[in-house]
Amino acid sequence: MSRLAERFRNLQHQGRTALIPYVTAGDPEPGFTVPLMHAMVASGADVLELGVPFSDPIGDGPVIQQACERALRHGTGIRDVLGMVRRFREQDAETPVVLMGYMNPVEIMGYAAFAREALESGVDGALIVDMPPEEMAEVAEYLEGEGLDSIFLVAPTTTEERMQLICDKARGFVYYVSVKGVTGGDGGLDVEAVGGRVQRLRSMTGLPVGVGFGISDADMAARMGAVADAVIVGSALVRRIEANQGDAERARCEITTLVADMRRALDAGTVPA
Amino acid sequence: MSNTSEATRQPIDFASFPDARGHFGKYGGQFVPETLMAPLRELAEAYARYREDPEFVAEFQSDCKDFVGRPSPLYLAARWTRETGGARIYLKREDLNHTGAHKVNNTIGQALLAKRMGKTRVIAETGAGQHGVATATVAARLGLECVVYMGADDIQRQAPNVYRMRLLGAEVVPVTSGSRTLKDALNEAMRDWVAHVDDTFYIIGTVAGPHPYPMMVRDFQSIIGRETREQMLAVEGRLPDALVACVGGGSNAIGLFHPFLGDESVSLYGVEAGGHGIATGEHAAPLSAGRPGVLHGNRTYLMEDDNGQIIGTHSVSAGLDYPGVGPEHAWLKDINRAVYTSVTDDEAMKAFHALTRTEGIIPALETAHALAYAEKLARELGPDRCLVVNLSGRGDKDIQTVAEREGIEL
Ligand SMILES: Cc1ncc(COP(=O)(O)O)c(C=O)c1O
Repeated sequence: MSRLAERFRNLQHQGRTALIPYVTAGDPEPGFTVPLMHAMVASGADVLELGVPFSDPIGDGPVIQQACERALRHGTGIRDVLGMVRRFREQDAETPVVLMGYMNPVEIMGYAAFAREALESGVDGALIVDMPPEEMAEVAEYLEGEGLDSIFLVAPTTTEERMQLICDKARGFVYYVSVKGVTGGDGGLDVEAVGGRVQRLRSMTGLPVGVGFGISDADMAARMGAVADAVIVGSALVRRIEANQGDAERARCEITTLVADMRRALDAGTVPA
Repeated sequence: MSNTSEATRQPIDFASFPDARGHFGKYGGQFVPETLMAPLRELAEAYARYREDPEFVAEFQSDCKDFVGRPSPLYLAARWTRETGGARIYLKREDLNHTGAHKVNNTIGQALLAKRMGKTRVIAETGAGQHGVATATVAARLGLECVVYMGADDIQRQAPNVYRMRLLGAEVVPVTSGSRTLKDALNEAMRDWVAHVDDTFYIIGTVAGPHPYPMMVRDFQSIIGRETREQMLAVEGRLPDALVACVGGGSNAIGLFHPFLGDESVSLYGVEAGGHGIATGEHAAPLSAGRPGVLHGNRTYLMEDDNGQIIGTHSVSAGLDYPGVGPEHAWLKDINRAVYTSVTDDEAMKAFHALTRTEGIIPALETAHALAYAEKLARELGPDRCLVVNLSGRGDKDIQTVAEREGIEL
């Protein structure tokens, strides 16, 4: 069983919602990321999502765009990100790690090399934002060949027909995008509407369904957590890095505090099965 | 095509490209965040319906005639031809279109489509500002809200066009992320679209982006090549030996080339921005010096580093300052149907002055790249031949840039 499947199965037994923090690898500098990954796990993260910096992240709002720019200033590339996961794995063999990024770095590295090296580094899955299932056939072959999970987004605009297509191709979990928009929007989340869509997805797949985009505080995490199997939090954490540039310790501290707050709120809001 | 043996060579049916998912060979496609997949499908369906709809076609044609001033003349540049001392050089006068460039052919088409799809707001990216002006123009005419994204650096170097857009009622949003030029304006317009898919139509200004844009923009711009074909047959009684066009994203080039793709006797030359020279790395010539990758929704040739990051480009002309190129050009390069080359900033500047002084036509700096190459090609071909250059736009917007380069204060 894959690390992701096992983690979700255990959480389900405990009746808990998964907390999945996202940070951009190498932001604000390469040495910051691995210790932060461990610290987030210690604060209650169940799965880690690591952004692969890209120069043109069209699915991301200003917060993650700037995180990419900070990371790229130190030249953090896809192989460096794999190196970070490898170092993380030296001390943590259990927590699943999912890469989130864009197609071009994978394309340039080569699908076969990416899949092989990602597996060797201890990566569990990949979410390529600009790779819809229609374009993925070739990449997916390599990812699946190495036992890596392909994670897909489902959006508020996704039709029923496409939802089924995506559910059929998805591995690991399905990621429902809670808003029409890019990452980092604030407010305007309609928990009830999201809940309805998550239910619909559950009727199409046995995979866990996570919800992300625009979840900025513990209260919203708990409310989304009540209708989904996982909540994904990105820009709210990355903002802490942005706000504390030059003070890495403080950035790490604020991030772990927010992760811990969300953990508590999620656990308080969910009733054991 | 010379390396294919006669026996196995099948004529390619160029009109059948792209395939249903927008692929030209391995290029093109739809590499976008999931939120855009449904709106792209809606757009592709609407376009498929209206491109066959006689009423839509008639409205497009009558707007091209009465609002844009088409057909644009095919003009024999007699004095420039004499001074060059080679093939007869014809200029397809897209600079005479309303708003001063070929861009308006496409914005007319897309805006008519937007209206039929019930969209009330249009957005666009722009580099030189020509596409932004052309979009603001049709938006004003149809009463649509209009937002144009433009790199902060381009806003500096194309100030007159920024003011024109504002006069036309458009909101011009400066983009300060990344390289602050055309590529970043496109990113920002995509993000806007992701957030406003219900009421917004994204009018892309070139043959790039996800399917169906490269096909749709090509179709609207192909009016250039269709007219050229007719005009050439009327004046010369035969097809031209060569066609030359500058290539930014590639819309004026594909518009001229497409109706001639099946005519093997017609050689096609796309001219990219060589900037300070290909060897310096400071240029915007992905077909000449880049490699395939995925950007802005399609697979094509890109300027990128070994980590797959898109790298900064340089060109004296804002409209060519783009690290990608339309996927159909990538394919035409690979199958050797068109030749892609580049000229430097300095060569383009020389051609800018040459045409201005010999023909009384001030060309856009983008267009000057095509002119510089056409001059060389005309000499190579010799006096018995004829070629057509797409005079994609006029240069009024560029006089500030030219003056500055030459140390003149206006
Ligand atoms: C006059 C002119 N020619 C050419 C271009 C380049 O675009 P494309 O390659 O799509 O024709 C531009 C773009 O702004 C332009 O304004």
